[in-house]
Amino acid sequence: MKSLLVAGVAGLLFALGLGLGGMTDPAKVVGFLDVAGRWDPSLAFVMAGALGTYALLRPFILRRTKPVLAERFPPPPQASVDGRLIGGAALFGIGWGMSGYCPGPALVSLPVGGTPVLLFVGAMLVGMALFRGIMRQPG
Amino acid sequence: MNPVLLPLLGGVLVGLASALLLLFHGRIAGISGITGGLLSPAPADFGWRAAFLGGLALGGVLLSVFRPESLGPPVLTNVGATLVAGLLVGFGTRLGGGCTSGHGVCGLARGSKRSLVATLTFMATAALTVFLSRHVLGGAS
Repeated sequence: MKSLLVAGVAGLLFALGLGLGGMTDPAKVVGFLDVAGRWDPSLAFVMAGALGTYALLRPFILRRTKPVLAERFPPPPQASVDGRLIGGAALFGIGWGMSGYCPGPALVSLPVGGTPVLLFVGAMLVGMALFRGIMRQPG
Repeated sequence: MNPVLLPLLGGVLVGLASALLLLFHGRIAGISGITGGLLSPAPADFGWRAAFLGGLALGGVLLSVFRPESLGPPVLTNVGATLVAGLLVGFGTRLGGGCTSGHGVCGLARGSKRSLVATLTFMATAALTVFLSRHVLGGAS
């Protein structure tokens, strides 16, 4: 129960942060990505705030031997960069640039965004399931 | 509202939420990973993943009540293009192992080289896509 409550509160805070920061306004996101037009740099501050806060708190959290409600912390990041990483990130960027939605803001907008967001999130889930289907194939 | 302080405050909230997930669950707050993990036939740790996504949706509802202007209208109105964009975001984030949150926030803060490469890549293709659609094809206004 406590586990679900903490995760729910984290999701709620995450959503409010995205919304207050401007990430749930696709036109603003496209304006941020439009470096050749009337560039709107404000979303860089969302990233800076999130990155800075997480980087600051992380070392204190990792001083614990284990998380409060789980057995272990995530393993250290892998070093290998491969085609899958770059190809996947490239495809994601194209979809993000087209729509102004990355997964978080799309899911925040889902209950209130009407048909376009429903279609987008539906297709996003199909894309995720497709990946799972393809990668499960041997060879 | 202030063009710097509000985004910064929003970012701090996102960072705090991600730190909470690490402190209590030992998990990286990557939205695409949390969502993708629910799609397996027998999802691992279904509970916290669903609770996190429920929190996200509740946040959307609260924003629509108290700050409706934060939920801007979609820029894509064409159904086909919307579906293509969604497919690319879903498939691409799983293939690349993360999105703006997992790679762009948590991964970079962890000093992950993979996340740095991924973030630079998706920023570049996203900016290029906007450039092509706005300034070459002249699609979006």
